[in-house]
Amino acid sequence: MIRSELIQKIADENPHLTQRHVERIVNTVFEEIIEALARGDRVELRGFGAFSVKARDARIGRNPRTGEAVKVDDKKVPFFKTGKLLRDRLNGK
Amino acid sequence: MSEKTLTRMDLSEAVFREVGLSRNESANLVESVLRHMSDALVAGETVKISSFGTFSVRSKTARIGRNPKTGEEVPISPRRVLTFRPSHLMKDRVAAGKKR
Repeated sequence: MIRSELIQKIADENPHLTQRHVERIVNTVFEEIIEALARGDRVELRGFGAFSVKARDARIGRNPRTGEAVKVDDKKVPFFKTGKLLRDRLNGK
Repeated sequence: MSEKTLTRMDLSEAVFREVGLSRNESANLVESVLRHMSDALVAGETVKISSFGTFSVRSKTARIGRNPKTGEEVPISPRRVLTFRPSHLMKDRVAAGKKR
């Protein structure tokens, strides 16, 4: 499923809303999650999962082609943990 | 940095502000987004949201685990797990966030 298919499904269920409206609604949901993570906040959606930010320490990496050592700065990366309900559903419980 | 936790309520509130539907309807729409994504994943589909990220389901085979407390061996049944791969855009925005 891709973004446009998700929008279509929701538009089909809500005939009183225009496609443009549904597009804005769906985009707002994803945009809000990204903005929260960019601020360093967590987004916890019970039953679905939680988005958070993890810190990665600076390290000495290696260019796999040349074997040359390169400094990699510390950084923040997005992380998702599946919620219990969805995890159970994936396994037919 | 004051770390906050956002919930469905915050997402509904954002939809409410952005689109001007009732709070109740905004909450239902947020729920629909999560439900459709969950249903597709449970059906084994990959959910690919451009400029956000990709959720995919992987199957894991059975293996022997160990109870870390007792050292006892326990079988772990085959299972399906969900992985999320953030888009470059999300990664870049999260990485840039720290330099605020």
